[in-house]
Amino acid sequence: MEAADFNAQRSKSPNQRAWRRFKRNLPALISLALFLLLLALIFLWPMLSAYKPEELSEAQFQPPSALHWCGTDVHGRDLLARIMSGARVSLLVGAVGAAVSLLIGVMWGAVAGYIGGRLDGVMMRVVDVLYSLPSIVFVIVLITTLEDLVKAALPGGFGADSGLSVRLLLLCVGLGAISWLTMARIVRGQVLTLRARGFVDASRALGAGHARIVWHHILPNVYGIIIVYLTLTVPGIILYESFLSYLGLGIQPPMASWGSLIAEGASQLNPIRIYWWLIVFPGVALVAALLALNFLGDGLRDAFDPRAT
Amino acid sequence: MYFLKRLILMVPLLLLISILAFVLVRVAPGGPFDRERKPASPEIERNLKAKYHLDEPGWKQYLRYLSGLVQGDFGPSLKYRNHSVNDIIRQGLPVSLTLGMLAFCFAQGVGIPLGFYTAARRGQWGDFVGSFVAILFICIPGFVVGPLLIMAFAIHWRLFPAALWETPWHAILPTVALGLYFAGKIARLMREGMLGTMHEGFITTARAKGLSESAILLKHVFRLAILPVVSYSGPLLADLLTGSFVVENIFQIPGIGVFLVNSSLNRDYTMVVGLVLVYAALLLIMNLLVDAGYSLLDPRVQYE
Amino acid sequence: MQSAPNALYRIKRAFRFLSQVGEFKLLRLSSLWIPVCASLVFPGCAAKERRADLVILNGAEPESLDPAIVTGQPEMRIALALFEGLARFDPRTGQAAPGLAQNWEKSADGRTYTFHLRTNALWSTKDPITAEDVVYSWGRLLKPSTAAGYAGQLYYIKNGEAFNNGKIKDASQLGLRALDARTLLVELNSPTPFFIELCASPALAVVPRQAIEQHGDRWLRSPALPVSGAYQLEAWRIHDKIRLRKNPLYWDGAQTQNEVVDFLPVESANLAMNLYRTHQADIIWDKGLIPTELMDVLSADPDCHVFDYLGTYFFRFNVRRKPLDDVRVRKAFALSVDKNRIVEKITKGGEQAAHHFTPNGVANYKPPQALGFDPNEARRLLAEAGYPGGKGFPSFQYLLNAKKLNEQIAIELQEMWRKELGITIELRQMEWKVYLATQNEMDYDLSASSWIGDYNDPNTFLEIFLGHNGNNRTGWNSERYDQLLRDGNMQVDPRQREKLLQEAETLLVRNEIPIVPLWFYKGITFFNDSQIEGIYFNLVDEHPVNAIRKKK
Repeated sequence: MEAADFNAQRSKSPNQRAWRRFKRNLPALISLALFLLLLALIFLWPMLSAYKPEELSEAQFQPPSALHWCGTDVHGRDLLARIMSGARVSLLVGAVGAAVSLLIGVMWGAVAGYIGGRLDGVMMRVVDVLYSLPSIVFVIVLITTLEDLVKAALPGGFGADSGLSVRLLLLCVGLGAISWLTMARIVRGQVLTLRARGFVDASRALGAGHARIVWHHILPNVYGIIIVYLTLTVPGIILYESFLSYLGLGIQPPMASWGSLIAEGASQLNPIRIYWWLIVFPGVALVAALLALNFLGDGLRDAFDPRAT
Repeated sequence: MYFLKRLILMVPLLLLISILAFVLVRVAPGGPFDRERKPASPEIERNLKAKYHLDEPGWKQYLRYLSGLVQGDFGPSLKYRNHSVNDIIRQGLPVSLTLGMLAFCFAQGVGIPLGFYTAARRGQWGDFVGSFVAILFICIPGFVVGPLLIMAFAIHWRLFPAALWETPWHAILPTVALGLYFAGKIARLMREGMLGTMHEGFITTARAKGLSESAILLKHVFRLAILPVVSYSGPLLADLLTGSFVVENIFQIPGIGVFLVNSSLNRDYTMVVGLVLVYAALLLIMNLLVDAGYSLLDPRVQYE
Repeated sequence: MQSAPNALYRIKRAFRFLSQVGEFKLLRLSSLWIPVCASLVFPGCAAKERRADLVILNGAEPESLDPAIVTGQPEMRIALALFEGLARFDPRTGQAAPGLAQNWEKSADGRTYTFHLRTNALWSTKDPITAEDVVYSWGRLLKPSTAAGYAGQLYYIKNGEAFNNGKIKDASQLGLRALDARTLLVELNSPTPFFIELCASPALAVVPRQAIEQHGDRWLRSPALPVSGAYQLEAWRIHDKIRLRKNPLYWDGAQTQNEVVDFLPVESANLAMNLYRTHQADIIWDKGLIPTELMDVLSADPDCHVFDYLGTYFFRFNVRRKPLDDVRVRKAFALSVDKNRIVEKITKGGEQAAHHFTPNGVANYKPPQALGFDPNEARRLLAEAGYPGGKGFPSFQYLLNAKKLNEQIAIELQEMWRKELGITIELRQMEWKVYLATQNEMDYDLSASSWIGDYNDPNTFLEIFLGHNGNNRTGWNSERYDQLLRDGNMQVDPRQREKLLQEAETLLVRNEIPIVPLWFYKGITFFNDSQIEGIYFNLVDEHPVNAIRKKK
């Protein structure tokens, strides 16, 4: 009884303590501010900008100028407007992928690592099997078989955009389904070593249930690696989206995403002439967002580190 | 004993994987012989399907495939019709293995020290710069790094060849292009592993014993800190060994990474299943080795 | 397989070593990897081969080099270097000239040909090439079990189609007879003005019976492969290179200029340019290997050669879908496309806007004019069809396969129709095989398409829109069109034939419009004039390898 009480008391304060610690971390705070600013910009940009991301013009391949801050592309479209609209797709895809790795990957890995034995073997072999299957075929099958089904299931008055949003939805599902596998392996590996530690035995001796041990004792010790791996998953997914779109499996033109903008810019990389703005600005956007995300993650991992004083 | 069991378990697993891949690729719309230019008569297409037994029921096709597989025959490629899948794997796999190992060494060789360094300098300028570099590696995809390396080192300074796979010089740029992303990932994982381990009880003990900080980091922290990197290494190595679609395309390297992607796009049924089996076998072996590495590095981990 | 633990062991040792030294210079660690890496590189890389006399960047990896199987231009070029037919392409004009056959006679009704083979036509194994070999090769093309994609090229000979479809089992009923070792008699169904052109195509090339019967599908990889063409196959490493070596026994072997020729299967435009600029390749000759965005710069380069060529980019309507079944709607769409903007802004290779389907300059034919750019007329027609200003027009889609050029053109079309007609189309980009399946099943509204002529005659373009043709895929089935084409091809008088075919094409691009042509392809080839000789430009984009010479 006493032990349970002690835990209950403790569990109230960590969040507050974590927030206090987080506030002291300057890079993390700056990153948080930057990230919020980016989100705000993304949603406000259509109102602020004179250009629509899909609007064609005669001004083909214009370098950055006062008129077009980031230049224009082959169709004379404003690049800045496209980066802003591409951010939605990319961040959405990244967030969904991260959420799926978080929910499925962490649970899967934690359970497999904690219970161990035969169950661990089965769960990890499932991961191996899924990891072995060619993801492109998986996505092709997913999109082609489900696209019509989902469209039919949607209410009739969904409008002409339904095709686009269904595709986006399926793309998120497909990317999420691929993204949790490595996370599961990593979490399981960490849990495997933690399980053998003294404090787990101690709490078990004190009568704590399995769920409690996993939730209160083991997972807090792997927060760090979870957060770091999440921040590593996001760029991978954003770039993989562009590859799928390039194959015609992802978002539909004229929509943009950071990945597809970078890929478009990269195709211009040649020794003869480079439209540098096509690769530099989308690249900077991705790197900046990812840097902010990483420092934010770093701040969070410090804040929630159960061993920190 | 545990590992022997795992080794034996690979056989049914590979069978399961082959069935899933076999079914999955056939469910996808379009077939291996669909092309823009239809033959003059639908009869020709029927003949083609009959020739490769694609007109038979699925289970029969699979059994036929399996009986070939038992004899080590992956069947003919449906896209590259003068080659068998064995021909293509025999030719491409050694190349991909070489490039993959090189990139693996490069990624570990750059990633681990970088992660170690950033963790040791935590919160200082060294950490920020190092972390920035690592994140840069992660955010710049191979299809950007590759062309940039070529433009700088092959076209501008003429230090390395621009593409192809002939001499050891040809391997350097692709290795960097392939390994950089993973180096960044490893650096981040390594840093995290270090930070997680530094607060452990036994480290405090070691510190109390008056050992120097660098000795502590290297002797005690490193062993545990590398665990996340180790568990990531299994899938990483399998991915690298089967090559990378992007880098093989950019540098015109005759590995099997290109086929892993293209066979799916071409609906080259036999090739998809054959390559998936090779890839899965590599992955299972790597993961087994990783699990073995775990118990070596952390004796507290035991498998029952 | 031991590498992972081994590698870890090395790291551990390295760290221990460093900590003993007491130094904390971690970057030094990287140097430890150099010997490990070096030991890996050497066994992995093959010994460097001697550079070939001529290195050609050839486009996609050949699916096959079997003349009966090949369908793509890159593989056809190599197949033709290995195997020759009764005729071969003249390097200057691209027209058929005598090949393995020294000469031939045509009967007065144009339905019977008698070919006389050269006495010095030999296999690379020194055996003579006989009329029996030709009968075997053509019979093999038509044999159902070969399942040759281009079997249709021999449907013009008597019973060719029936034999290919399995209705006739006996190959001796084909209109083919070896009169003696060097004389071949061919009977056709109708006068076929382009039959000699077909004799130069890879499908009709002469292939070695013995090797095929002995080795089956992998016969091309058999050692000491007998060839009938100017080159022998020395090495074929998939996705790496194809190396050809001169066949000294080729009847015209004295004229073959380069001893060793390499074909590199390169598909990326940037890679091709990099290899060319670093002198690792001598010729780029696939139009897909030239980055279109750079054409304004590249066309100023003296190495860049642009020429006309038989290929049309167009889009299909699905005429079975409402409201596209209304010809006024289709006309409105056609009239509101500004083709000039597309060729100026997007394709940039000096392509011409297409106002008819059959390209300019095709033999035996002058194509009729189709609809131009007339947005006012387009709006009027649309209103007449019941959609003034695009109001009430149902949502519909433009199908395309994922490729940058297709996407760019689709975006331009989307904007043009939005601006001129007030209709917003949705783009439906698909992975290649899904795109083909979707188009085949007629599950589309509008679809991006292209067609490259197989031989220099309007028939290769016009026949695809016959009602029963598998390449039609528009749902358009016009009895009148089919009749005009059939009648045209029965004519012995070329002027009569031209008139009938023109009438048919007018139906296609002016009156009924199941398709809208957008622009004609240009062939683009890169090579240095002062070093390479023997590449001439012709409409069929044929450049026989044995005629190319590299100055030393």
